[in-house]
Amino acid sequence: MKSNDIILQTITKVTLFVIILFSIHLFFAGHYYPGGGFIGGLMTSGAIVLLLLAYDLKTVAKILPVDFKIVAAVGLLFAVGTGAGSLLFNVPFLTHAFGDMNIPLLGETSLHTATLFDLGVYLVVIGVTMTIIQTIGESE
Amino acid sequence: MSLLHLAILSPFLLALLVPIVYKYVRQIHTGWFVLFLPVLLFSYFFQFISETMGGHSVTKSISWIPSLGIDFTVKIDGLGLLFALLITGIGSLVVLYSIFYLAKDKEQLNTFYVYLLLFMGAMLGVVLSDNLIVLYTFWELTSFSSFLLIGYWYHKERSRYGAQKSMLITVLGGLSMLGGFVLLYLMTGTFRISEIINNAGDIFTSPLFIPAMLCILLGAFTKSAQFPFHIWLPDAMEAPTPVSAYLHSATMVKAGIYLVARLSPVFAPHSGLWLWLVAGVGLVTLLWGSFSAVKQTDLKGILAFSTVSQLGLIMSLLGVGAAALYYDHLDENIFIVATTAAVFHLINHATFKGSLFMVVGIVDHETGTRDIRKLGGLMHMMPITFTIAAIGTFSMAGLPPFNGFLSKEMFFTGMVRVLEMDIFNMQTWGFLFPMLAWIASIFTFIYSMILFFKTFTGKYKPAQLEKKPHEAPIGMLIPPVILASLVIIFGFFADSLLSDTLIAPAMASILPSLLNDSSKFFVEISYWHGFNIELMMTIGVIAVGTIAYLTFPKWKNIYKLFPEKRSINRLYDGSLELIQRSSNNFTNSYMNGFIRTYLVYIFIFFIGMLSITLSVKNALKITIDNAAPIGVYEAILAVIIAICAIAILFAKSRLTSIILLGSIGYTVALYFVLFRAPDLALTQLVIETVSVALFLLCFYHLPKINRKEERMGFRFTNALISVGVGVVITLIALSAHSNKLFDSISQYYIENTYEKAAGKNMVNVILVDFRGFDTMFEILVLGIAALGIFGMIKLRLTRRKDG
Repeated sequence: MKSNDIILQTITKVTLFVIILFSIHLFFAGHYYPGGGFIGGLMTSGAIVLLLLAYDLKTVAKILPVDFKIVAAVGLLFAVGTGAGSLLFNVPFLTHAFGDMNIPLLGETSLHTATLFDLGVYLVVIGVTMTIIQTIGESE
Repeated sequence: MSLLHLAILSPFLLALLVPIVYKYVRQIHTGWFVLFLPVLLFSYFFQFISETMGGHSVTKSISWIPSLGIDFTVKIDGLGLLFALLITGIGSLVVLYSIFYLAKDKEQLNTFYVYLLLFMGAMLGVVLSDNLIVLYTFWELTSFSSFLLIGYWYHKERSRYGAQKSMLITVLGGLSMLGGFVLLYLMTGTFRISEIINNAGDIFTSPLFIPAMLCILLGAFTKSAQFPFHIWLPDAMEAPTPVSAYLHSATMVKAGIYLVARLSPVFAPHSGLWLWLVAGVGLVTLLWGSFSAVKQTDLKGILAFSTVSQLGLIMSLLGVGAAALYYDHLDENIFIVATTAAVFHLINHATFKGSLFMVVGIVDHETGTRDIRKLGGLMHMMPITFTIAAIGTFSMAGLPPFNGFLSKEMFFTGMVRVLEMDIFNMQTWGFLFPMLAWIASIFTFIYSMILFFKTFTGKYKPAQLEKKPHEAPIGMLIPPVILASLVIIFGFFADSLLSDTLIAPAMASILPSLLNDSSKFFVEISYWHGFNIELMMTIGVIAVGTIAYLTFPKWKNIYKLFPEKRSINRLYDGSLELIQRSSNNFTNSYMNGFIRTYLVYIFIFFIGMLSITLSVKNALKITIDNAAPIGVYEAILAVIIAICAIAILFAKSRLTSIILLGSIGYTVALYFVLFRAPDLALTQLVIETVSVALFLLCFYHLPKINRKEERMGFRFTNALISVGVGVVITLIALSAHSNKLFDSISQYYIENTYEKAAGKNMVNVILVDFRGFDTMFEILVLGIAALGIFGMIKLRLTRRKDG
């Protein structure tokens, strides 16, 4: 059955970026305002699910040629790597560091290794939700 | 490690080498490589005789687990040395015999000699250990190697049955004995036997004294095949004959005797129970064993029951001998003779029973049968075997001039002297001892005669025999000839050969409290005591026994009074089956395979444990002092959740349930909003959406068949349990809230979220910074779940196999 989803698809094209931007906002705002890696990741995957609903699995796979299992694995690596990194400085596992730094393009920026950890969470959540939805969607 | 330790461990070391030798030297019988060790050990132990004769003992120790007081301590005293000599001496003869008994090319010789060496080492360990735990270790090793040896011809069903039976019974006793040892340790604080004996004076008032005694005696009785645990021994006769000769006549079954003798100084001096139990059980075993032996038709069956009865005899003598410990002086102590007789008969029994087993093995080997109904008239074909058998059986029956006569005379002396005891209620029931002993001796006489005359005299029945009988090879005859000559030598020169060298030192170990520093037991063994009651008893035994033997067919029917149906064997088989069946039924009754039932168990346990704890601890307390005021919104949301939850119970369609569940989830998210938890609210909303979508997916894929839309059935028990769980949890939550003991630690987070972690969202800072470790593993859980779903859906091996 071939149906004409032009309205859905057009709206998707517009909303998608709004949702993704919102999710990125949630992710970065996490340390100061409600949000963080978990909900940000869920939002991003929500955007991709919307894409899946408007198009189909193959199209989305073409748009995002990513194996989401690897995304989850990379996320775990980030989380564990952030934790293990603190061992190099002779402090306990998962000790975070933060500080203001002068970065050429952005100027004076506050940086926090907890964000890297949160990035791991973010990637894992995207990877996991997308793997589950894709797998179930593909099965007959 | 001293040479003594090496001597005990050497059989284990050789056992390691046997398979290699067996594999690479196939031309020579493996037994020849084994033979040197017991001979060497025998001569090694032989030189300790001079040591023990002087009343000394040799102790060597290496630590094993010093923190627990467990050391591999070896002590050679009279008793241990006597057993060590028996084990190595008879061991050498049995190995020699087995070389000719087991064919090189038909049998798995490597396993046989490995098991035999294991057994020999374990047995040496049992008799020479001075540490109870080490003794127990070796004890179980003897049970284990005996199990392997009985099941040597494992393709035979009867062998497996016998091995299992002996294993179950001896391990039962072994474990109970371990319990007794631990109790002894609790009372004395040491595992060293010699120290326990030194402290024995204080422990008899302890409440653990009697339990320890009973546990240890159970171990000794099961190992030494005492009534009613004797039933494993006749079934162990499925083992190869060298094994029967070695384990089940000369050594392993005497381990229990050894234990009783070894621990007599601990238990006997203060307890009449010990005397009554050991002597009583021994006498019953003696009588029952000799009585049952008469009706056997299998030669090894006769010998098995005969062993049982002779072990009972030794055991009863040890029990009566314990009375000697009651008097703490040596002079005029007339009960010592029982212990002398026990030690002496121990030696005698090993010699004549070993030779008789070998004779039976020869007969079996040369004729192909052991059934006395088929045998007869072998005297002329096997003259040497016949002579050995004559010596063995006459000694067993207690006829002069063999050693059996001497020990039987002393046995009677010991039993008659029971009449003079005025302790432990002996004066009332003591008369039973000599009477039972006398009757048992008559039966002993009868089965000895049956064994001898039915096999070697009478009519020769060649038609019933599988082979044409002829004399055994010389190698097979040497060991029984040596044993039979020992029977005669001990018969004639017992006094000069044995009394000072072996018997007196052994008695010094059994009855140590009777000796001063310099005194020694004076053992006198002689044929002639004058015309006394023992002599009359022996004459009576011979006279009545001869008549009974000749008229045996006429009174055979007496055995029909004890039908097989009501025997102890049936009891054993029946109880084994009963245990299996009832445990099977029990397991089937509660493990019914329904998850619903298991959940019922879990929840009932849950309700029970929690409510009992609540009431026992008096923890039920409900105060509303520190409760927050209830607002309108909370009340409305609570009503919504309650309505949805109740509606799920009565929903007819599953779709309704899913949607109701979703609405509960969203209401919970609203609660989070209300209670100011924005992160939770956001997450809850998204997650609830995802899970409702997944539920709908499941709903859509339900199988078409049996898809009736119907309401959940009502079960009263289920309702009761769910209400119970709800009530218990509510009560606990309320009590926990009312019983708050300390302030929350959240103040720390409030203060330090920005100071130390540079964040303002406290929830997120806790998640990634303060307690980031949890988060790390939670995302791992998510990853595993995703991979699990992926694996479950993609990996379908069955479908691929079907094509």
